[in-house]
Amino acid sequence: MNRTLRDIPLPDIKGYFGEYGGSFIPDVLQKVMDEITEAYLEIKQDKSFQQELQSLYRNYVGRPSALFHARNLSNKIGGAQIYLKREDLNHTGAHKINHCLGEALLAKRMGKEILIAETGAGQHGVALATAAALVGLKCHIYMGVVDIAKERPNVTRMKILGARVVPVTRGTQTLKDAVDAAFEAYLEDPVRQIYAIGSVVGPHPFPMMVRDFQQIIGIEAREQFQEMTGRLPDNLVACVGGGSNAIGLFSAFLDDRSVSMYGVEPSGRGLYAGQHAATLTLGTPGILHGFRSYMLQDDAGEPLPVYSVASGLDYPGVGPQHSLLKDLERVNYVTAGDKETIDAFFELSRVEGIIPALESCHAVSYAMGLAAKLASDQTILVNLSGRGDKDIDFVMENYGKDYCPE
Amino acid sequence: MLETTIRNKLAQKDILLMTHIVIGYPNLDTSFEVVRTMVEAGVDLMELQIPFSEPMADGSVILKANQDALATGITVDQCFDFAQQVARDYQIPFLFMTYYNILFKYGVEAFAERMAECGLCGAIVPDLPPEEADEYLAAMNRHGLAPIFIFAPNTGETRMRQIAAHGSGFIYCMARKGVTGLQTDFSQQLGGHLAHCRAATELPLALGFGVKDHDDVQFIKGKADIAVVGSEAIRVLDSQGVAAVGDLIRSLR
Ligand SMILES: Cc1ncc(COP(=O)(O)O)c(C=O)c1O
Repeated sequence: MNRTLRDIPLPDIKGYFGEYGGSFIPDVLQKVMDEITEAYLEIKQDKSFQQELQSLYRNYVGRPSALFHARNLSNKIGGAQIYLKREDLNHTGAHKINHCLGEALLAKRMGKEILIAETGAGQHGVALATAAALVGLKCHIYMGVVDIAKERPNVTRMKILGARVVPVTRGTQTLKDAVDAAFEAYLEDPVRQIYAIGSVVGPHPFPMMVRDFQQIIGIEAREQFQEMTGRLPDNLVACVGGGSNAIGLFSAFLDDRSVSMYGVEPSGRGLYAGQHAATLTLGTPGILHGFRSYMLQDDAGEPLPVYSVASGLDYPGVGPQHSLLKDLERVNYVTAGDKETIDAFFELSRVEGIIPALESCHAVSYAMGLAAKLASDQTILVNLSGRGDKDIDFVMENYGKDYCPE
Repeated sequence: MLETTIRNKLAQKDILLMTHIVIGYPNLDTSFEVVRTMVEAGVDLMELQIPFSEPMADGSVILKANQDALATGITVDQCFDFAQQVARDYQIPFLFMTYYNILFKYGVEAFAERMAECGLCGAIVPDLPPEEADEYLAAMNRHGLAPIFIFAPNTGETRMRQIAAHGSGFIYCMARKGVTGLQTDFSQQLGGHLAHCRAATELPLALGFGVKDHDDVQFIKGKADIAVVGSEAIRVLDSQGVAAVGDLIRSLR
């Protein structure tokens, strides 16, 4: 590849990151997407909007989120130094609030009445329900019944926050199907509703807009890391579902050639059809949910069933900018499986006193392996995208006896 | 050419009927039976949908038909063979309807070439806007196939003209927002929308989404050229069987 990142506007005016992205949607929605793009580009330049958002980040979310040197973990491994960007400390417990507040403020400015969205783990749903409550909008969250059963506490939180949780029974009853159901609802009423997509996926402008709202992670982390260590991190590690927390961290470092980046996808029970959701690792380019990107699909173009112990990573597509970063070989896309993920869940809990979200555990697990291979003067910055409160019942029911002997 | 065929038919009838099936729902044998029944009941053209598991523009009835058809293991190749056979057996125009990833994975040029070989006349791809359609339009043109585009109820006049400039055969007008298969209000407002569509293009107009009975078709007469019946035919097939689909079609005009 002789193209470099600097040659490519991210994205171009049609929403393309190289050959990925774009907008493949029925005309009913195209008109609305154009309106959202226009409104977004306007508020991006608007000082009062940006001030309002920054002030909420500070006083409502609790930003900047901490950067923590995980010394115990690093020492125990005996390799590179691991640092955690503590997005788990954000209000609502994950990075999702960063873009939800942006989307909710935008919706309010556009005169929308109802925020709708899909959710997998429930983190995006909770964050959006929270943002909706704050800015005074209604909120409808579409969630597969499989995920509803697995993520009880988040379902309860959404209801307490006043959101309507709509159970999705179609297809595999997980994240992909929740996206389908949310799109269907959006098509019915694209005027009063706005579909606040939960990651850097979907038609233009969402991969760009959600990325922009999440960039705060990398901007802060870069500054904090330099302040703490006097240099840049050697490695970045983040989990990749749709790719929002990863791109939020990576964006601030894309031009720093000395910084290696790792996006960690779930290999689930193993890299066999239906047992994983390692889209960039095993996928091929295709078009799903309104955008072109790598996806897990069969020869005919049907999306394949996906699986991960982390509901929030359980998706057969991935944000288009990640597809470009893969082709450019700027980011290494790697995997972590269920087993290592659960190990990391308990390890971080017991060594540092931090219970991480199962999604984030994929990044922690990969970073632990990477650290073991590197010298102790090397550094790894991990995006700890969320906290594990939502996962404790599920983990204890399924793995408790292996890790918590009486 | 599809447009000429439609115009010739319109010289004899005041409204044409287009019906829709999902190929392989509930199985291929029944699909053949349904096509035969519909043609014998006098439909003027037909949409054959290649099943896709995420049919973004379709509501629950057609979604389920797509998923059930896929569950039988039907392949895109079988859909081509099916189309070839019905196009050989019956003298009405047949169109493919499907979602863009099916074409993209098959190879857009190869897909169009095979469509032409099978005797299909055109295609409706609801998630492919003209802006993203350069390769598709070139392939369809090369093989003498009509790319059918869609006017939505919120499509403005300028955009309608842009869309129409890329389409041929006819324009598919949605009677309302949302997905297929739900209640449509056949009201004055819809009449107004169709008048705008008419003003934006010389192409014949089809009206679909929620068309289900004689009254709806009467309403469409004079405002559009083709009435499209989709979900209702599947509902009747599910509840009353193939013969009743013929009765439904005959009751419409
Ligand atoms: C804590 C956490 N991390 C990561 C993700 C994955 O999303 P993304 O790849 O967009 O960051 C989720 C999704 O629900 C999540 O809840």
